[in-house]
Amino acid sequence: MSYISAQNVTFAYESNEGEEKDEVLHGVSLDIKKGEFIALLGHNGSGKSTLAKHLNALLLPCGGKVYVDGLDTMDEALKIEIRRRVGLVLQNPDNQLVASIVEEDVAFGPENLGIAPPEIRKRVDDALKAVEMYDYRLSAPYKLSGGQKQRIAIAGIIAMEPDCIVLDEPTAMLDPRGRDEVLHTIHKLNKENGITIVLITHYMDEAVGADRVVIMDEGKILTQGTPREVFSQVELLKQHELDVPQATELAWRLRKEGYDLPECVLNSDECVAALEPLLNR
Amino acid sequence: MARDITLGQYIPGHSLIHRMDPRVKIALTFVFIIFIFVASNFEGLLIMVALMFAILLLSGVPLKQYFKSLKAILFIVLFTGVLNLFYGSGHVIWQWRFMQVTDGGICNALFVSIRIVSLILYSSVLTFTTSPTDLTDALERIMKPLKALHVKVHEIAMMMTIALRFVPTLLEETDKIMNAQKARGADLESGGVTQRIHAMIPILIPLFVSSFRRAYDLAMAMECRCYHGGEGRTKMKQLHMTNLDSAAIACTAVFCAAVIFCAAKFPAALHELR
Amino acid sequence: MFVIETKNLTYTYGAGTPFEKTAVDNVSIGVKKGEFLGIIGHTGSGKSTFIQTLNGLLRPTKGTVLLNGKDIWEEPKKIRSVRFQVGMVFQYPEHQLFEETVLKDICFGPGNMGLDKQEVEKRARLAAQFAGLPEELLDKSPFELSGGQKRRAAIAGVIAMDPDVLILDEPTAGLDPQGRDRLLEQISDYRKKRGNTILLVSHSMEDIARFADRVLVMNAGKAVMLDTTANVFSHGRELESMGLRVPQVTGILLTLQEKGYPVHPVLTVDEAVKELRPLLKKGDAHRGA
Repeated sequence: MSYISAQNVTFAYESNEGEEKDEVLHGVSLDIKKGEFIALLGHNGSGKSTLAKHLNALLLPCGGKVYVDGLDTMDEALKIEIRRRVGLVLQNPDNQLVASIVEEDVAFGPENLGIAPPEIRKRVDDALKAVEMYDYRLSAPYKLSGGQKQRIAIAGIIAMEPDCIVLDEPTAMLDPRGRDEVLHTIHKLNKENGITIVLITHYMDEAVGADRVVIMDEGKILTQGTPREVFSQVELLKQHELDVPQATELAWRLRKEGYDLPECVLNSDECVAALEPLLNR
Repeated sequence: MARDITLGQYIPGHSLIHRMDPRVKIALTFVFIIFIFVASNFEGLLIMVALMFAILLLSGVPLKQYFKSLKAILFIVLFTGVLNLFYGSGHVIWQWRFMQVTDGGICNALFVSIRIVSLILYSSVLTFTTSPTDLTDALERIMKPLKALHVKVHEIAMMMTIALRFVPTLLEETDKIMNAQKARGADLESGGVTQRIHAMIPILIPLFVSSFRRAYDLAMAMECRCYHGGEGRTKMKQLHMTNLDSAAIACTAVFCAAVIFCAAKFPAALHELR
Repeated sequence: MFVIETKNLTYTYGAGTPFEKTAVDNVSIGVKKGEFLGIIGHTGSGKSTFIQTLNGLLRPTKGTVLLNGKDIWEEPKKIRSVRFQVGMVFQYPEHQLFEETVLKDICFGPGNMGLDKQEVEKRARLAAQFAGLPEELLDKSPFELSGGQKRRAAIAGVIAMDPDVLILDEPTAGLDPQGRDRLLEQISDYRKKRGNTILLVSHSMEDIARFADRVLVMNAGKAVMLDTTANVFSHGRELESMGLRVPQVTGILLTLQEKGYPVHPVLTVDEAVKELRPLLKKGDAHRGA
């Protein structure tokens, strides 16, 4: 049984004069299993962020249904419980932090849930240690880097003990070091703590490490599968103006010209390993 | 260019005053201020001033800092003092046309000036030794009974917390916007008052717009973290009164009793204009 | 001749206080007229501080900045005029929009230059074209535009001053790959048509590899490398030790080179294909081990 199940979801924002093309969903069905690491890729406007916000009942479908652990997101009474189980981390690191002291911000979630203070203290400490920011617990958010702030935001979600964390382009505003920090953290949470991760991104190289890649375009799911399955469809991706990692593209082009390279190469190491046997010294 | 701005200039430390429960500090500051005015003669005032010096020294904050905060209100103190020179009765020391300086006036001037200075110094102790977060927490708890009168205590406290959190961030953003507009040739330095105000428009509007955007994002993030108002919320940080606080309250009570005693026993210091 | 030159340029934040920090340390470089110069460096390497000294937003603690041979701080009161010749686009430039209409906002820059109204509007419209902004958007409020459109409007606002040198600090930050490519191509086109000098600060090595003629590498406040793009990226290991990477395809060929294969480092996938073709064996007989 899947943990999160989106069934034929359709959605449109209430129209506003002069708004950009609204993200709209045209019948999206997606099943997410417990413990999975899913990467959701697509252009701006493909619907990926809109879909992400349906997973924790921030948005409600106009048509179709979304179930979280069997709970219907349309049920108002279950809203808090759903949001406890499925956390959402947003793009802007600054605009998610509420308090002037790191540990107080991480405590915000559990405080909202009415958890007893000693238990909150324990959860905050554990969460900060899990994202490797325990040393900064008394710092002020404005003094932290983007990557550190995002990790605090993630800690704030972990403190609520969720089953799943959805991250909507969490690295879009970060520098390379910050991106690495955040990715390392979410992979760690997935592998060591068994937390289901749904990573929305437009960076192909972030998707390469996922269990499953889902590509969205114009409000629909274009294709999904393991990273290897998806990235081998280079032609399809190019048609929809989607990027592939340079390593993948290089191998694909040489394969097209008749050289004996594997169907899908995902990173530099694989590319080097594939080319070596074919090279004349 | 992140600035180390902390509202009310909180200076971290471990002194006795720092360690007191912030609620008690706020309450006692109120008491001090009231009793500064209850003290009706120099004897009583002296007692409050003595108490004040004791607290200043206990706070561990360098006296230099306290004098800095006095500098800001120096003008008001002088102005009020001078005004009071002409308000009083008694032997005339100096006269010019219809204005007279009497020994009563000099007395008044001194008295009032000491009152103002004490007021400022007592408040400074509070803001120097209590972090803005602690102040907000304490105020929220003190105001709790007002909920019965339909005052939105939790919401007000939440607003203060968020405002404190974003002040440094907004200052940074202001810097960035200023740089961007300066790079487009904006002149923020020259011109008279109206010109300078006009020059601030390209700074203020983007700041305003971005603040709304932040508010929208933050509201969404808060909802994602199950925020649903003040009902049923707990707080990780608990405030506990300790023996230190009890001792402080007891001491203050003794001093206040002494002030009342002085007010009863000795004549008043302020001389009315006849 | 160098359009911009720095001589022993040093900038120290909080000089004389206990919080002193030297962000730019004795940098002496020359930017050639008409070139596309990429500037790379880890976060904190001093890139942002450095570029702000080039248009007079920051005054050097030591050393000089020369624009067309002249010290920009010779007449400090006239420093604003430098900003019209050296235009700067900051990160997330859409945050600077404030006027009632897009056209008015683009006119802000040239308007500050003391030109007459007709000239200002002419430049603004031309800049909008260069930035790829459709004409029908010019009369709308900037806040009605989409994110990508706002960014183009902000960039147009700087281009409208018609600067000889245009500095862009991560202009593609936050854009998806499609948006990134389009914007950089637009900037490249603009440069070809206008013939001015471009300085691009970026964390994307692939973008730098595609567009830059030369690359300046900054590390801990110092300028450690200034050379053609190909030469800079051929020093893969050195860059890695500074916390930087090379474009993925460059890294692949560098690794092969290190392993002893007769390949030269490249900058793009196209170049890699060309480079590898003559060296690869075809057919079943040579299936890999």
